[in-house]
Amino acid sequence: MDFISAFMVNSTVQAITPILLAALAGCLCGRVGVFNIAMEGQLLIGAFCAVAGSHYTGSAALGVAAALVGTVVFSLILAYGATVFRGDAVVICIGMNLLAAGLTAYLLRQLFGVSGVFSDPNIAELAKIRISSIQSIPWLGWIVSRQTVLTYLCWALTAIVAYVLFRTPVGLRMRGVGEDPEAAQSMGVDVRRYRVVTVLVAGALTGLGGAQLSLGTVGIFSEGMSAGRGWIAVVAVMLGRDNPLLAALACVLFGIADALSVKLQSQGLPNQLTDIVPYVVTLAALVVSYRRKRDRRPASAEAAAA
Amino acid sequence: MQMVELEATGIVKRFGSLVANDHIDLKVVRGEVHAVMGENGAGKSTLMSILYGMQAPDQGSILLRGQGVRFRSALDAIDHGMGMVHQAFKLFNSLSVWENVVYGREPVRGISLDRRASMAKVADLAERFRLKIDPSARVGDLSVGVRQRVEILKALYRDARILILDEPTAVLTPPERDGLFDVIRTLKADDRTILFVTHKLHEVMAITDSVTVLRHGRVTERMATRETTPADIIRAMTGRVVNLTVERAPAAPGALVLDVEGLTIGTGPKPVVDRLDLKVRGGEIVGIAGVAGNGQTELIEALTGLRRPDAGRVTLAGQDVTQADVATHRAAGLAYVPEDRAVTGTARGASAADNLLMGYQRQQPFAKGFRLDGKAIAEHARRLIARFGVKIPDETVPVGTLSGGNLQKVVIARELTHQAPLLIAEQPTRGVDVGAIEFIHGELVAERDRGRAILLVSAELSEILALSDRILVMYEGRILADLPAGEADEDRLGLLMAGRVAEAA
Repeated sequence: MDFISAFMVNSTVQAITPILLAALAGCLCGRVGVFNIAMEGQLLIGAFCAVAGSHYTGSAALGVAAALVGTVVFSLILAYGATVFRGDAVVICIGMNLLAAGLTAYLLRQLFGVSGVFSDPNIAELAKIRISSIQSIPWLGWIVSRQTVLTYLCWALTAIVAYVLFRTPVGLRMRGVGEDPEAAQSMGVDVRRYRVVTVLVAGALTGLGGAQLSLGTVGIFSEGMSAGRGWIAVVAVMLGRDNPLLAALACVLFGIADALSVKLQSQGLPNQLTDIVPYVVTLAALVVSYRRKRDRRPASAEAAAA
Repeated sequence: MQMVELEATGIVKRFGSLVANDHIDLKVVRGEVHAVMGENGAGKSTLMSILYGMQAPDQGSILLRGQGVRFRSALDAIDHGMGMVHQAFKLFNSLSVWENVVYGREPVRGISLDRRASMAKVADLAERFRLKIDPSARVGDLSVGVRQRVEILKALYRDARILILDEPTAVLTPPERDGLFDVIRTLKADDRTILFVTHKLHEVMAITDSVTVLRHGRVTERMATRETTPADIIRAMTGRVVNLTVERAPAAPGALVLDVEGLTIGTGPKPVVDRLDLKVRGGEIVGIAGVAGNGQTELIEALTGLRRPDAGRVTLAGQDVTQADVATHRAAGLAYVPEDRAVTGTARGASAADNLLMGYQRQQPFAKGFRLDGKAIAEHARRLIARFGVKIPDETVPVGTLSGGNLQKVVIARELTHQAPLLIAEQPTRGVDVGAIEFIHGELVAERDRGRAILLVSAELSEILALSDRILVMYEGRILADLPAGEADEDRLGLLMAGRVAEAA
């Protein structure tokens, strides 16, 4: 029993990784005023490129590299579409999500001659890192050890993103660009450049998330394998109000809810019922967070709204 | 020895067929406060944006401390020691004061922001120039006056030697304005040069050393402030003699139009509006004076239906409208010129015709069954545009493109055409040029003489004194005094506004 729970914790930490990476991407984009809801498609592109790269080279590391490059290139659509071409970010992102689904299915058939699922012994998976000194500790061994390098990286990146945003000049400028681009421009900050670079960096983060998705457990790509994780990341970004630390907290909450649903299922509850647990938690969290936000509004604003 | 800090010669700027700046010469001496005056559309804003590098002149040259300069951008101008506080602030509300000030030119330690050094620097500048401010406060929580200090700090942080203030007092309350004047004197003492763009005469007389007046893109007058008079400046601005004192016959108050009894807003021991009584009759103008924040805003919100009072009774033209919504107030007989013409008074994206229609859309001849009659609406709009002299190409142009004074004329035109017995006018001439002020004041008096009841709220004491037949002083949610126009003067009102009843008596 204990063993199963510990194993479940391990897989929960694994499952959080792509969502968290996508959420960090969303926070960065939100901070520079680009509302990115293309993470679902970006994760899918990342997952596909990772499997393709790994398959052709036989190296998981080169698979990750392919995911990075592929997703950054894919993100050029948003980076330039929302800045140089002045498109509406939401519309562009919806297009990107649709494109990602169609493109990966098409390439799957063209490159590998299969549809639906692609698995092959040539696909190298990401190694699970075992830290011998910690591994034997019950629970902690399963949380901290036996994870892919991307899982460790995503937590480090959370700290780095938060630090850059709140403690460095670049972060200050990013926050200003998002809040009032005109004011930022008047202080000599190149708004367009900040936005383009940020969206591309965010693309790289989701690329890593996609690689974890397809190479993190077994090396496999299936159509639509992002399965709503990018959307959950969007919700995490909104719950965290573009704050990477709060968004990470939301991701952990979703991970726990997800694990809970599996647990309840193993207790004999029908899986149609248990599957809704993460979404109920999401909705509840949204409602609670927005109620708190409304309470904080000053009296004058409330009077104006009344 | 007077050093010339800035000298612009023969500045020309054209927009299509319009010549915004027509060979303008401007000479500013180091350490002086130099007023640039002119009516709306005289070319002040264009000239300032050229001096600040936001636009390139078509002709002309700029000498800065004797050196020829040609700014490529505002940033370039900032690097040459120019600073500008725009009318609409360019601040980040969610960021702190110090973050706003150092933004784009941050002190760093390693790769990180040096928060401590930034705060110290900002606090130091604030102290030196007597700008009272908390560097760690969030800008969004600050009042307009304090936000303006943040803008000034931003310029000083970049070591501005010349500071352009674009109508800096338009958004300030009188005490805030006095605070700004203190700051300007401190800057002057530090040998910094101030370009003060305004159309408020008494401010020019109070704070500036010299004046340059523009009209239709040309310089019409250039003089030392102490050698001139307000009348001279007005003549230079408008090209005619403008009567600043409003000619009006004594009021002949008629029937009671607005009756407010025991109006209370807010609960607890100190409500914002506290058991207030107020009566306005047809054919009189009642002015409400008071320092901002003494309940005037809330009172007007309650009288117009934007807010429900917590106690008391409001009767408008015989109808109890205490708990009624805005539409019911309007139907009962209310016309309202709101304080903020850009946000509340007009819909910026809509055409002048639509803006002038608002509120009549269900009436004949504009409504025909369930649809609107475009021809009648356009005709109505053209008539009002002509009568009120709104400067606009035609009635289909969105009002968002209009200058403040013209936008205000649109609001005034619409509200005066309402045949409502009561007109509430909040700051009707804020940010409006002298010619338009004269016009608006004349219209208000004419409406009074037609028997309308007018309730006037203004931060300008001179306006209250010029127009009102009775003056009420509001202090901490109550009417502290009710004076006939003859018994009120600026000193007495000033004391009452500060709550010092005994000294005022």
